[in-house]
Amino acid sequence: MNTLVTKPKEELGALAWKFALSLVPKVPSITRLMRSLSISAVGIALFLMLWQGTASNINTSLGQFPGPVQVWAQMQNLVDEYQREQERRTEFYTRQETRNAELLAEDPNAEIRVRPYTGRPTFLDQIQTSLITVAFGFVIAMLVAIPLGIVCGLSELIYSAVNPIIQLFKPVSPLAWLPLVTMVVSALYVSENPMFEKSFITSAITVALCCLWPTVINTTVGVASVDKDLINVSRVICLPTHMHIRKIVLPSAIPLIFTGMRLSLATGWMVLIAAEMLAQNPGLGKFIWDEFQNGSSDSLGRIMVAVIVIGLIGFALDRLMLALQRRVSWDKNSVLR
Amino acid sequence: MQSYLEISKVGIEFNTESGNFRALQNVNLKVDKGEFISLIGHSGCGKSTVLNILAGLYQATEGGVILEGREVNSPSPDRAVVFQNHALLPWLTVYENVELGVKQVFKGKKSRAEMADWINHNLELVHITHAKHKRPHEISGGMKQRVGIARGLSMQPKVLLMDEPFGALDALTRAHLQDSLMEIHAELGTTVVMITHDVDEAVLLSDRIVMMSNGPSATIGEILPVTLPRPRNRLALADDPDFVHARQQVLKFLYDKHKFPGAKAA
Repeated sequence: MNTLVTKPKEELGALAWKFALSLVPKVPSITRLMRSLSISAVGIALFLMLWQGTASNINTSLGQFPGPVQVWAQMQNLVDEYQREQERRTEFYTRQETRNAELLAEDPNAEIRVRPYTGRPTFLDQIQTSLITVAFGFVIAMLVAIPLGIVCGLSELIYSAVNPIIQLFKPVSPLAWLPLVTMVVSALYVSENPMFEKSFITSAITVALCCLWPTVINTTVGVASVDKDLINVSRVICLPTHMHIRKIVLPSAIPLIFTGMRLSLATGWMVLIAAEMLAQNPGLGKFIWDEFQNGSSDSLGRIMVAVIVIGLIGFALDRLMLALQRRVSWDKNSVLR
Repeated sequence: MQSYLEISKVGIEFNTESGNFRALQNVNLKVDKGEFISLIGHSGCGKSTVLNILAGLYQATEGGVILEGREVNSPSPDRAVVFQNHALLPWLTVYENVELGVKQVFKGKKSRAEMADWINHNLELVHITHAKHKRPHEISGGMKQRVGIARGLSMQPKVLLMDEPFGALDALTRAHLQDSLMEIHAELGTTVVMITHDVDEAVLLSDRIVMMSNGPSATIGEILPVTLPRPRNRLALADDPDFVHARQQVLKFLYDKHKFPGAKAA
């Protein structure tokens, strides 16, 4: 019985470990790895010293600008807060359960209420919300961008029709979209029992609108630049259009589609923080805004933690896309950066 | 009597930025079933254009092509093409590259197992069975071209069109492939139209050599029948007077009557 329960968990762990390893670039020799690691370490150390030195000379109305030491302390603080909140949450639920159990013991027909815990979202909750929002927005964008890019790449006529619109909307800032999206979502997204918060939808759509373009453009270029000989092969074989796209066009466009998707995801992640700040969607953007409004002596340190976490997540997302590209790409020898 | 393949009064004009460019003018050629035809001429004389018109990839501006009583006006597996730089799909294995065409051509005519047999048979024909699960980047240039030929043959074309198939190969590999091609031609009796730059290759392989004049407005200059008996052996032919004579005639056409346009000497 016990083995039955633990075995899948172990397998999952092994899979996760394998995946994590696949994120690390393969390096032919250990010495080279050590060298590049030590060079990176020196770079980081220099940066931290410079940061500490500069920070101690900047005084703001919220106190001294936080250096690495203060930021580290705040990081631990935030983790502690999360753990305390978790404890409170479990306490709340156990209290509620025992109370309900007592009520039922007294009177089996008693009306019991199960209330959800309404604590303050902690930093880690905010990260989770942000990740879900960006994933949702990114997926919507890709569902539109990749087919649109394929169509534009295949037909010069459609490309000429769509291109001015792409060029017009590409440089638009997310902040310009946000009020419009907010109003449209409020007007159209009305339901008794909304599955998602309105602010969530607003942020996700804003992310989608802004991260559409790199994928559309790169997919178009990728599809339009398929080797002419391969297209002739397809014509001689008389492949029907859907086979032509699946067997010839998509495999040759995959590298550029992924380049576009990585740019899109990076854009989306940047846009999300701004959108969350304004839409007041719970998330990292709101966390930063709240800390800023809060104005305590710890605020700048806590914001700095958020900045670093945003950077790390952005980096991790890019690596994730790279790993996915390695998985999907037919050319296992190409150098992916 | 109508011939198997007939090119009549074909001309083609391309619209370029600097005005219209006439590449071919009044090209006439009749090909019998099972014949091996070589097109030879200097670069830019429109050999590839003729082949592309035969393939249906280009549309002739005037005149037309008739294959077995039917006009050619679009590409079809009937006229399979072996491309100069092999044009294999790099993401498919050797087997899958051949399979792509076979599945399309024999859809509804052959069962899955029959198709697999047919693909394997064609791979065997070009001696590439051992590499059938490799990707194109894992095999040599000569082997890639063998796959290209297998892909062409596997579509059971009425005419096999070859666009300088051995142009990018080294001399030894080329000789190997020429021998293979002769064997296959003897076995299957496929009608072949092949473009080449190589005089020896043209003489060795062809039943007739079609020599083209220089462009623009290129056309067929002379047609030389090669009556050497088959099977032909390159070693034995090396000092065969008929071979040498045919070779000389092609060389004379190319370097005497139609000098390479870039090499106009004083």
